[in-house]
Order: sequence, then structure tokens, then C-alpha cells
Amino acid sequence: MSLTPPRPGGPRPNVPVILDGEEVLAFDGETILDLARRLGSPIPTLCYLDGLSVHGGCRLCVVEVNGDNRLPLACATPVSSEMDIRTDTSSLRDHRRRVIELLFAEGNHICASCVSSGACELQDLAAENDVDHIHYALEFPRIDVDATHPKYVLDRERCVLCTRCVRVCDEVEGAHVWDIAQRGSQSTLVAELGKPWGDATSCTWCGKCVLVCPTGALSFKGRSTGEMRHDPDVIAFLARLRDEGEWIDREEPAP
Amino acid sequence: MADPIDLDHVTSLEREAQSRYAHRALVCSSTACLSAGAAGVRAALESDLEASDRSSDVQVVASGCPGLCSRGPLVRVETRGLEPTLYEHVDDEAASTIAQQHLIEGRERAEVSSIEPSLPFYAKQVKVVLRNAGLIDPDRLEDYVAAGGYRALSNALRTMTPEQVIDEVDASGLRGRGGAGYPTARKWRLLHDAVAAPDQPKYVIANGDEGDPGAYMDRTIMDSDPHLVLEGLSLAAYATGASKGYLYVRAEYPLAIERLERAIRSAKRAKLLGRSVLGSDFAFDVEVRVGAGAFVCGEETALMASIEGRRGLPELRPPYPTERGLWNQPTMINNVETLANIPAIVGDGAAAFAAIGTPESRGTKVFALAGSLENTGLIEVPMGISLREIVFDMGGGIPDGRTFKAAQTGGPSGGCIPEQFLDSPVDYEHLQQLGSMMGSGGLVVMDDSVSMPEVARFYMEFCRDESCGKCAPCRVGTVKMFDFLDRICRGDGRPRDLWHLESLCKTVRATSLCGLGQSAPNPVFSTLDHFRDEYLALLREESLAAPAPAGVVDADSLPTWGDDA
Ligand SMILES: Cc1cc2nc3c(=O)[nH]c(=O)nc-3n(C[C@H](O)[C@H](O)[C@H](O)COP(=O)(O)O)c2cc1C
Ligand code: SF4
Ligand code: FES
Repeated sequence: MSLTPPRPGGPRPNVPVILDGEEVLAFDGETILDLARRLGSPIPTLCYLDGLSVHGGCRLCVVEVNGDNRLPLACATPVSSEMDIRTDTSSLRDHRRRVIELLFAEGNHICASCVSSGACELQDLAAENDVDHIHYALEFPRIDVDATHPKYVLDRERCVLCTRCVRVCDEVEGAHVWDIAQRGSQSTLVAELGKPWGDATSCTWCGKCVLVCPTGALSFKGRSTGEMRHDPDVIAFLARLRDEGEWIDREEPAP
Repeated sequence: MADPIDLDHVTSLEREAQSRYAHRALVCSSTACLSAGAAGVRAALESDLEASDRSSDVQVVASGCPGLCSRGPLVRVETRGLEPTLYEHVDDEAASTIAQQHLIEGRERAEVSSIEPSLPFYAKQVKVVLRNAGLIDPDRLEDYVAAGGYRALSNALRTMTPEQVIDEVDASGLRGRGGAGYPTARKWRLLHDAVAAPDQPKYVIANGDEGDPGAYMDRTIMDSDPHLVLEGLSLAAYATGASKGYLYVRAEYPLAIERLERAIRSAKRAKLLGRSVLGSDFAFDVEVRVGAGAFVCGEETALMASIEGRRGLPELRPPYPTERGLWNQPTMINNVETLANIPAIVGDGAAAFAAIGTPESRGTKVFALAGSLENTGLIEVPMGISLREIVFDMGGGIPDGRTFKAAQTGGPSGGCIPEQFLDSPVDYEHLQQLGSMMGSGGLVVMDDSVSMPEVARFYMEFCRDESCGKCAPCRVGTVKMFDFLDRICRGDGRPRDLWHLESLCKTVRATSLCGLGQSAPNPVFSTLDHFRDEYLALLREESLAAPAPAGVVDADSLPTWGDDA
């Protein structure tokens, strides 16, 4: 799971695959998404974030392999030799567009009044995938904003349930403040099993959840329309340092 | 330490005890008859017998389910030297009549209506899984043993290697009864070859979650013959090298849970479970885990999450459970009915089992017959029987002068089969070709008064309410598909709604994470395939006919994007 180009002398890509008609070489164990990104071929993603575990919930990264009608996820499927991968067929585009429309229909994604407008991954996905109209009736959920935290705000009407915040808090910060409660269309992000965020004593105020949120659901307090900027890529950096043992005190003998 | 049970000894003691009675009265005490008053019937029988001096002549047994639930409560009386009689619709009064006339006076038959064994509902059945259901007391290990129980396990432990057990299951051609029909032996082999972490067990799980609306095959197997499921699970564990088992049962099945737990306790006392099963070096321990009633927890990865105490959400596969399952150890999940076939296969040999059914679908299948039928209840039929035989012979046809319209199989993942396919054989392949599926065995018959779009809406509502919400296409897609169906059913649908419904169905099927979302559109596809006219008749046509006022663009006339997938 590496975005960094191979270093000279390191392992070389040696798995032959076909990516959108071109014969290319993949690294052993590399996912289809890593391969496509490395070679500059964009596959839309939403829930995936480099540095976190794979969730597989947004389903936007589906690709076709060997013409099979089961569509594997690029973010979760390692390449294997001789795969014929298509990332951009008309039926994939249709599927993705419909899923994006569904996400828009589910929440209140009114860009014109959103803190994250201009820096929103959902907005970008819509633009990149030709979503110019929502063909499904909008749900217009009415959920109170949780502004109980001194530094951050949660607006659940803008949440796409990608669980990046849940995972980053659990896997990187180690606090597990967040999780999803209820099921199906009632699914909702909750802090400490349903407390107002401000009362969640396990929250360390680190703000990683806000940094990784793809939409305007989590934001810094005090930002106005279009002023919020997230920074999800910082997690890959942190995860790499962690994996390389950057924070281990090397003076101490290992236990 | 007590010795393990001596099966032959217990059998002869039990037979001897039973032979001391002139009559054995089996009162069905499975869920359907209990809710129809079977407990009162049994009390009435017992108190009438108490009052006479013949109570020591009659053994009153709370038995499992003999199947024809729509005629319950059912009481089966076995009298020495006579064919058994199956009394139907027995209320307290009828119970007294049976006690007086049949059991006390010793008449051949009491003046209470009874079911002839020649009734096609019974005559066409082939019983493998339900062979003891209704004939034994599910709460007594001895009764199960006397009916031949635990012989397969005991023989396998003494004379067969685990590999030989798997080969036998392979030769039987058994396929999973939980829906998808995956070859059982193939799954067993995967677990057999998998290696757990040091000091960790491999796991086998019996899936008794049974969430399909209207289905109760697995419930009946568990509450009518719990030891059969235990024996099947133990054989699976022996064959695959698993040492820990779980019976995952939904909380809505309290009777099945109670009986399984009692079965586990008595099996442990008899050394049929535990550190040394029947004195061998095979160790196997089983626990019941109660699900909280979410349909999705029947999906194997969600089921394992639920056992571990996490939210019941499906996970991405691979890794498959046989590679990494419960607590990251290799795990195998089998449906309850699949496991209930194992003792017969291992005990009587694969050949006898494989002789039943069709080449691709061997053995029998239990169906829960429901809907517009004279006879509803549980049947076990050989694979390959025609739908017509099930509906018209066994089910007794459509009541109230109505006509057959469709048979729904496979529940919310399945489809509706119209009249022109009544003669197709019921097996995995044919049902799939018809746009339906075997599913776990619900079979709902619909007559000509039923609206097919409404049927599709019913199942979509179920999927919408049961979606776990992890993946976007199913979480939101089921809501939207339901909305379109609802609009159409209310007569408010426009032609474009049908187009959007179909295209959305394709996307949800293609992109959902687990089987729930992937198959949620099936009832829509199959009703559209076979009954499209009904949808078209419900659509509002005015929007096409009336010209739009100047300046207003009719949305139906706008091009829609993309060619459909
Ligand atoms: C949404 C969903 C619900 C399911 N429910 C059940 C169930 O209630 N019982 C069951 O045996 N299998 C159920 N399954 C299938 C299981 O995932 C699994 O395939 C099955 O238990 C395997 O057993 P088998 O090989 O013996 O059929 C369900 C699958 C899905 C996707
Ligand atoms: S398909 Fe539905 S039930 Fe399955 S994971 Fe997705 S949301 Fe959950
Ligand atoms: S990015 Fe792969 S499923 Fe969301």
C-alpha cells in the first residue's frame, strides 16, 4: 500500500496485467487502486483513505476484471497476474453516477451553503462523474447540528457514512470516540455511544476526524461557507511514520 | 468420570420402556401448534388419563412438528398393532374425546377428524432431514438415540478418518441449503486444510438465523430434532478438525434455543460432546449464540461479527471465513438444514442420499408452504419435483375458487414463478433460470387477487428495513427502489419512474457489498420479467398525453443519460 514510486534498487513491478487496454507491470500484492493511481489512471473513491483500513462501503471504486459481471473493488482487490482490468466502461460510469446521486439524495448536500464547498470530495466526485442532476427524490433529513465541542462541529445532514472519522480515531489516534449507530437508512454517526460530542471525554481534541472528512460534515468551528479545508493526506504520512517506528524510543530496551 | 453413553444399551432400554405402553400419544409441541393451543391439549389428555386408571398405559409425549401446520394442533397416536393415527385440529374437547375413546376405551380410532397417510401432502414426501420430526420427544436424548441417533457419529469416530467423512459428503453431492447451494464437501475441505494459529481452535457454525419472512424450516428442525443438528455439527467438526462450534439462533426462536441448550447439556452428560467424544480423542464443545433478529446477521461475515460481540455488519470477502473467520481463525458456516442431512449421509452412506433428487441437486429440500393453498406447513420433497406437484397435489390447490398466479421462492432474494413454468423441476439450476432461487426454502403461493408490483414492494420494504447501511447502494438504493415501487403501486408512477427503477436495480445488484443488497432487486426483476403488464397498467399516462404548458419542459421528454448497463 504505497504511493511512493519504487526506489532504485528496491523491488520492481513484475506482475503483468492489462489496465484499460494497456499492458503494465504491477507490484506483487499491490491493489488495483494503488496500481491505477501510480500510473495516473483515476478511479473514483470516497471511503478509501491511504493509511486507514479498507472499509469498502462507498462502492465507487468498482472495476471490471476479465469481463466478469462481479465487480471487484479497486481499493480492496490485489492485482494478480494476467488480470484484464477496466476502470472506465460506460456501465461502470453509469453505476458510479447513480451511487453518487444516491449519496446526494440521502443527505442535505447544498453546496451553496456548505463550509466545505470548493474542497469537498463529494462535490468533486459529482463534477468528475458528470452528475448534473439528481434523479431520485431528495430525502431532506432534519438532524440537529452537534456544535457542543469547543473546537469542532458535526453536521450529520452532510455525512456520507464513509467511516473515515471512525477509523482514523480508532486506528490512528486510538481513542475510538466515533462509531455508527442504528442501521440501514437510519445509520448515524455517534460520539461515545450517543453523547453530545462536547461531553465525549475520550475525545483528545486531535482533530484528525475533521481533517479526513470528505464533506462538510465535520469542520472547524468558526468557518463560514466555503472556508473549510480538510487535509486527509496527512494520515498516510502519520501511518507511514508509525509503521517505520518513528515514535519508538530507541533508547529504551525492548520489553 | 462417567463412561460415555452406550448407544445400544440406551436404545434397548428405551425400546423396552416404550413397549410397556399400549399407546404413545405425540402432541405436536412445535411453535405453530403451541400457538394454536397444543399445551392445553396435552394437559387435557394428561388430566383425563390421570382421572382414569389407564394413565400407565399411555405415554404422552411433547413431540416435534409433523408438518401440516395449517391443521394443527396435531396429535399422533401410535397404538401397538395398529397403524398410527394423526388427529387434526385437536382442541381441548377433541383431546378428551381422543383420551376417552382411543386411549381409554381402546377403540381403533376416536371420533375426531384425522389425516389419512395417503394424503398427497404426506405421501409425496421423502424424509431425510425431518425423519424424526413429530415422532420423538425433542427434549429426550434417549428418544433420539432409540430412533438411530448418534450412530453416524459413533461409527465415524470408530471407523472413519476425517478425510473419509468428507469423501462421503462429497459423494453424496450435498449442496448448502442456506441459499447459494455451494457444495458442502468443498467447504469442509477448505476448513480441513486450513491451519489455525497455535493454541487456537478452528470453528464450525450452524447458521440458524433464518430471517426470510415466512420461512421456518430451520426453526422446526431445531425445535423438533435438536440432537440431529448437534450430531451434524459434530460430524462437521470431526471431519474438518474444528474443536469449537456455535449454534447461531435468532432470538425470535426461544423454543429452539431452549431445546438446543437442553440437547447440549444432555449430550455433554452422555459424553457426546466434550474433551473426549464417546471416548475417542476427538474433542468438541458447542455453545448457542442468540442473534438479535437482524436479517443481515444470517450473512456469514455479519454472523461472525455478531458472535464476536461486534455490530452485525458484512465484511469484504476474501478473506473467506475458512481462511480467516471467528477471532481470525479458520471457520466454516453451514446452514442448519445442511447439517441436518449429515447424519443420514454418513450413517446410511452417500449412495442412498445421492439416489434422491437430480444429478446437480441431490437429496431433499424442506419447504415452508404458505399463501393461497388448502394445505400449508412444512414439507420435505425430493429435489426435482415439479412445482405443480407441490402446489396442486401436496398443497391441495388454491382455495376459494381462485386460480394460481405465481409461486414465490427464495424470499426477499428470490423471485416469482408464473403459471407457465409450473412443470419445471424444483432444483437449484431451474429456479435460477426462472429468475428465482432456492433460497432457504420459503414457498409462497399467490392467487389471481394478488398484485405483483405490490409483492415486489413488500419484499423491497423488507430489504430497506433490514439493510445494514454499510454500503451506499443498498442503504440508499433500497429506499429509493421502494419509493419508486410505492409510487407505482399507488397509481402515481410515471413511465420514467419505471425506467429509473430498473436502472437503479441494476446498479444496486452490481455494486452492493453483500448478498442482501445484491439480491434485493431480484423480486423486482422477476415480477417485471413475468408481469410487466401489471406495472404498465399502473403507470399514469396523462403526463405523456397532455401537452406541457408553454415554457414547461416535460421531464419525460428529456434525454436520459447513458446507455444502460
Ligand atoms: C442477507 C443474507 C442473509 C442470510 N441469511 C441466512 C440464514 O438465515 N440462514 C442461512 O443458513 N444462511 C443465510 N445466508 C447465507 C449464509 O451467508 C451462508 O451462505 C450459509 O449459511 C452457508 O451455509 P450452506 O453452505 O450450508 O448453505 C444469508 C446470506 C445473506 C447475504
Ligand atoms: S448490501 Fe446492504 S446489508 Fe449488505 S453490506 Fe451493503 S448495506 Fe449492508
Ligand atoms: S473506495 Fe473502494 S469502496 Fe469506497
